[in-house]
Amino acid sequence: MAVQSDGVVVRPDADSGKTGSPPPSPPGTGGRPTPVPARRPGAAGALLAGSAPYLLLLPAVVATVALLGWPLVKNGLLSFQNLNPRQLIQHITEWNGVDNYQAVLKSSEFWKVTGRSVVFTAANVALIMVCGALVGLLLNRLGKKMRLTLSLGLVLAWAMPVVAATTVYQWLFDSRFGVVNWMLDALGWHSMKDFNWVGGQLSTFFVITLLIVWQSIPFVAFNLYAALTTIPNELYEAARMDGAGAWRIFGSVTFPVLRPFFLATTFLEVIWVFKAFTQVFAINQGGPERLTETLPVYAFVEGVGNQHFGMGAAISVLTIVFLLVLMSYYFRVILKQEEEL
Amino acid sequence: MRRSLLGRTWPNVVAAGLFVFFAFPVYWMFSTAFKPNKDVISETPVFVPFDATLKHFGTAVDADNFWTLVGNSFTVTVCAVLLSLLIALLASFAIARMRFKGRKSFVLAVMMAQMAPWEVMTIAIYMIVRDKDMLNSLVPLTLFYMIMVLPFTIWTLRGFIAAVPKELEESAMVDGCTRTQAFVKVIFPLLAPGLMSTSLFGFITAWNEFPLVLILNKDPEAQTLPLWLTQFQTAFGDDWGATMAASSMFTVPVLVVFLFLQRKAVGGMTAGAVKG
Repeated sequence: MAVQSDGVVVRPDADSGKTGSPPPSPPGTGGRPTPVPARRPGAAGALLAGSAPYLLLLPAVVATVALLGWPLVKNGLLSFQNLNPRQLIQHITEWNGVDNYQAVLKSSEFWKVTGRSVVFTAANVALIMVCGALVGLLLNRLGKKMRLTLSLGLVLAWAMPVVAATTVYQWLFDSRFGVVNWMLDALGWHSMKDFNWVGGQLSTFFVITLLIVWQSIPFVAFNLYAALTTIPNELYEAARMDGAGAWRIFGSVTFPVLRPFFLATTFLEVIWVFKAFTQVFAINQGGPERLTETLPVYAFVEGVGNQHFGMGAAISVLTIVFLLVLMSYYFRVILKQEEEL
Repeated sequence: MRRSLLGRTWPNVVAAGLFVFFAFPVYWMFSTAFKPNKDVISETPVFVPFDATLKHFGTAVDADNFWTLVGNSFTVTVCAVLLSLLIALLASFAIARMRFKGRKSFVLAVMMAQMAPWEVMTIAIYMIVRDKDMLNSLVPLTLFYMIMVLPFTIWTLRGFIAAVPKELEESAMVDGCTRTQAFVKVIFPLLAPGLMSTSLFGFITAWNEFPLVLILNKDPEAQTLPLWLTQFQTAFGDDWGATMAASSMFTVPVLVVFLFLQRKAVGGMTAGAVKG
């Protein structure tokens, strides 16, 4: 095997220049330093060892190209095809140019769903970030016992499998025997007795949002808490000495230090919420009357449910493009902090 | 600077309220699962299941194909995780310990692949799998779950490998080990905890996956537990006791894994999200 052939032909340091001092590589030899235990510097061996990293990466690259790259390309190809049940059954490939895109972009339904997805994502992410940050700050302030208790609650919500959580929320919000309706009734809001939560657009979205926010807060809160503990106490003391109040300290010390964290986490949450499928679909299949379909669910219902596979593919390509734009912003934020990759 | 009594109490009160908010749905799932039917379907909710029963678990377990689905879920998850671990081990060793052209682009590709929008790629995957005539088979599911967890696995393993001091490896090689031997005898044993936690996270992802199995495996015998769980209500009507028992059984493995991993989770996620 190539890796065996020679000791350290490829320089084995992860972070160049930071730790240790790698032997200087002679120019013109492809950056290969002299091997430490200099054995067999044969040309063939060196060549093999030079390709060692690529051989190690090969399985990962092949798998990614075949299982991620190919579906992405296929998705693009499908979006230019007229693919309905007839073509599907007879295995006909019928190209129809940009017809699918034209149809999708012209339909008012698509734009309604897009707008809905954007509002849905914005509302969820705003709630997640604000509540998550508050819970994180609270964690930082609590005594040890109470912090452990709250952490336990957060971990429970975080660990709950999405599908199971969805089922539990359906039971909590069950119209007849659900504990939520009982509680609202007991608190004096009697019209909520036997209220059908999944009967209306807003109330269905309320349940979905609560579910997503409930599950997402722990990630933000724990991360913020972990980041907070890295801020040296001296900074706070100095601010207090200068007479800053709690708000001022948050605005002038905590937030600036954690700004990159907030940016990165916000983008992550935007991407996650925007492509959320399981919660939206499993609560009410996008109902009532398709009023709670977000883009991923819309692509699924159009493509698979209504068997307009070409149309569905076009919708999903547009969704992916949208996500790519979001992701490029995320990577800009991340790469700025990651000098060393 | 002493805080007033109010200033010291309110965080605790709020924390207690939040604890209830976060823990209650989980508690409600377990407690409903153990309650006799008359307590599940009652005008006033019964908050503590005093006369607990295992009847609902019996109903869930006796459901058609239950054990087949448990087998499917375990097979798919375990195979996917092991496969991705194997591939990731090779790749992450290369990016953690070697310098080569294209390393940076590879790392970037891994980060991007980690965010692949699988939820919206289901139609294309359906077509590919259908053309290969492999609908209702566990093989495509395993492969796609493998690729879903692969980027994350590479990314975390890279961190664990980088954390093993390279002097250890070098001294092994000075002592006459080849690089492969050094890896197998020195690095690999030190990686055990890293491999463990990485694979458990992969386990959680694959165990939970829903959109893909929804579209690929319609055959009741080829499904996995998440799909079964969402259809449980349709199958059992309003038998909430049994539905919650099923959810509980589905949740327990994940919960155990997660409680075990929680500390690493926070560290790992922060490392992945904020600083390399």
